[in-house]
Amino acid sequence: MSRQSLSKAHQKITELSWEPSFATPAQRFGTDYTFDKSPKKDPLKQIMRSYFPMEEEKDDRVYGAMDGAIRGNMFRQVQERWMEWQKLFLSIIPFPEISAARAMPMAIDAVPNPQIHNGLAVQMIDEVRHSTIQMNLKRLYMNHYVDPAGFDMSEQAWANSYSGTIGRQFGESFITGDAITAANVYLTVIAETAFTNTLFVAMPGEAAANGDYLLPTVFHSVQSDESRHISNGYSILLMALADEDNRVLLERDLRHAWWNNHCVVDAAIGTFIEYGTKDRRKDRDSYAEMWRRWIYDDYYRSYLLPLEKYGLEIPHDLVEESWNRIVNKFYVHRVAQFFATGWPVNFWRIDPMTDEDFEWFEEKYPGWYNQFGRWWEAYNRLRYPGRNKPIAFEDVGYEYPHRCWSCMVPCLIREDMVVDKVDGQWKTYCSETCHWTDAVAFRPTYQGRETPNMGRLTGTREWESLYHNWDLADVLKDLQYVRDDGRTLIPQPHLDLDDGKKLWTLDDIRGIPFASPNIALNEMSDEEREQHVAAYRANPNVTA
Amino acid sequence: MVIQDESKRRSFPKPEFTDAEAGAVDFPSSESRSYNYFTPKKKRATVYEDVTVDVQPDTDRYLSQGWIYAFQNGPGGYPLEWTKLESADWHRFRDPNEEWEKTIYHNNANVVRQIQQNLENAKKAGAYDGWSRGWTRFVERHLGAWMHVENGLGMHVFVAAQRSGPTNMINTAIAVNSAHKMRFAQDLALYNLDLSESIEDFDGSAHRSTWHSEPVWQPVREVVENLTAIEDWAEALFTTNVVFESLVGVLFRSHLVMQIAARNGDYVTPTLVGAGENDYERDLKYTRELFAMLVGDPEHSAANKRTLQEWVDKWAPRCCDAARELQPIWSQPQEKVITFNESWSAAVDGFRSLLTEFDLEEPKELAK
Repeated sequence: MSRQSLSKAHQKITELSWEPSFATPAQRFGTDYTFDKSPKKDPLKQIMRSYFPMEEEKDDRVYGAMDGAIRGNMFRQVQERWMEWQKLFLSIIPFPEISAARAMPMAIDAVPNPQIHNGLAVQMIDEVRHSTIQMNLKRLYMNHYVDPAGFDMSEQAWANSYSGTIGRQFGESFITGDAITAANVYLTVIAETAFTNTLFVAMPGEAAANGDYLLPTVFHSVQSDESRHISNGYSILLMALADEDNRVLLERDLRHAWWNNHCVVDAAIGTFIEYGTKDRRKDRDSYAEMWRRWIYDDYYRSYLLPLEKYGLEIPHDLVEESWNRIVNKFYVHRVAQFFATGWPVNFWRIDPMTDEDFEWFEEKYPGWYNQFGRWWEAYNRLRYPGRNKPIAFEDVGYEYPHRCWSCMVPCLIREDMVVDKVDGQWKTYCSETCHWTDAVAFRPTYQGRETPNMGRLTGTREWESLYHNWDLADVLKDLQYVRDDGRTLIPQPHLDLDDGKKLWTLDDIRGIPFASPNIALNEMSDEEREQHVAAYRANPNVTA
Repeated sequence: MVIQDESKRRSFPKPEFTDAEAGAVDFPSSESRSYNYFTPKKKRATVYEDVTVDVQPDTDRYLSQGWIYAFQNGPGGYPLEWTKLESADWHRFRDPNEEWEKTIYHNNANVVRQIQQNLENAKKAGAYDGWSRGWTRFVERHLGAWMHVENGLGMHVFVAAQRSGPTNMINTAIAVNSAHKMRFAQDLALYNLDLSESIEDFDGSAHRSTWHSEPVWQPVREVVENLTAIEDWAEALFTTNVVFESLVGVLFRSHLVMQIAARNGDYVTPTLVGAGENDYERDLKYTRELFAMLVGDPEHSAANKRTLQEWVDKWAPRCCDAARELQPIWSQPQEKVITFNESWSAAVDGFRSLLTEFDLEEPKELAK
């Protein structure tokens, strides 16, 4: 369809909407934003007549590549180290995608602009596409990769594992609370416009370097829909900016959404890229370098900064602190170390790091070896069962961390941990901003104004509380992270499948007590807690 | 001999053979190659089930920490309280159309391609030249008005409802329903544009005034607007697809337009409306499956039937009234192939058959 025809067709379909006079659509989801003074902004033009064939063509290419991968025995050359992390990633990502579909009516409810409604409805269909195409990719991995365990219980494991909640924020945040906070600022302005760059562009590049060209095939196809979504989000953002009353809410939401996305996406994708790859070329970009290019330069400098001309206060401090955490505070490496510490309660396997990995990390992140090197040597030494417990339960100088109540990634930059009694419970937060998120932002009032539509944090937010004082073997049985012989664990701290003696079983972890740091914190006296927190913050957590 | 400049040497990853394909090693779970967290409807899970089931989690299944965000005045996630209907197991529902992305794009792309070809061909063949003035006015005003029905329901009933159902299978089926509605609405709008460009006195804006103010359409508009105002997602779905569509949608599309267009020299309109009708048949299949499951529920059957009966009793009279108000348009085309009573009788038969399927009583307004 020519551009002129498309414009004419788009103009025609704007005639479909009307101002109702008998009854107005149900307002299921509220917002504290107002759009009374907003000029109507058009997103990218899209009509169904060209949309469906375009997407069908994109699908045909994806499924053709999948057939080709199977016929070409792609799995003879995929790195197991990489594929194992896909068990976690592909368990998480279909939920945010389908949540984005579910978020669209929230934005439609909130924004009085039929042109945007049309764009959002098309986005809804896109998001159904993304969710199911990703589930189908995982199905292909399960069918053709050497170790299907973990893929086979994917949606169950994601819903009951300690790591699922980290990813689940990148989904529940789209569909809960204030409609604009959720479905516009968090989902579109920050998650889709900024962080899909590392999710859907940087990470697939790393997959290809590890022999997996299906992840780029699927995710680049997904990413090609994102420009329309970004356009939807930007149109709504400009409409919101037209009303001065929205400014304080926008600034709140940009801070919350930026920081939460940094906490959860950088934790997960940073780990997959840095610890899932076997490509250790020194001139290969590190996650930090990718982040600088895709998020700092492409998003922050090109998209976020120009919003200042509208008088909006941009969270420069949080962008800089995110960069600081990634480059100077080893955020990604601490997360990877935590995932590996927690290997017995994973549903995937984690390959030990080698000398080649050490050398690359030291080159890219000077000081890495002094902080993490000896711990990974211990991980390697303790990888088989028989003579030792899993590394988390051996004394290797690593203190198991507290969980951040807001972002649910543990408080790994220990000196930054904030402790406060909120809603009658002592809680730990990874940072001042995460403390602000719970104690200030997600509340029914904000800076003196009523915010009755803002969401609130709920659930059993510290996963470890579910299994406080359980036997570790019983935890694994309850989670069902056990292979089909009824005793061998799905998670393993290595990739050696060819010798059954090297595989950990329920018997190897029986008798090990599991504990919740938050329950312990709340059982302490004030004095004990102060001492504990001071020691926690001061502990460099380095293996001797 | 070429001496390569080291500074210009390309750097690229070096994939290696790893033998990580299925069957390379035998170990526990090495043959566990199906999603094992749900029970398929048949012996083996379909692709549709594999890519849909449990993607939206549930605290009654595996979501052990609960929903981690909530609305200020209520729970988060997908609360069961968002409909009055209850189920012993909402997860039993499977879409009989097995819709996932491949089927969505395959089916809808086929429809839009076929429609575009039909319209291009119609222009070349001068298909509109033989239209009578009466038929042109009918298409311009009444078929034109119908595009609003499809778009309003697609955008504000179905897009809205797919946020609220308790399982991914339900919400995805509703999302596909909304895509059908909006595509059909746009098909009609773009057809209207085509006709404006092809027929000299075709008024491409008449559909708006007809929909906004022509008396015969106001009761339909009133019902449609009220359908969009329903908060209970299942009530919105049931009353739209079962009550409104049977008594008004099918009446207009199948038992009027499809019956009379050809006799009025129009072989183009039925190809569009037929596609919309086919969509509705498809969407009715999942709707019947869902509500049949709920009326047959082992624990909540009686209560669900009572609720559905309330909805039928509340909405059927409004839809009957709206349908009857449309009666004058049956006499407007030059060729009056079918009477309103014949069309109405056929529509009511379809509605009665659905009520019987759900074991619901017929409202007295049908007999009028």
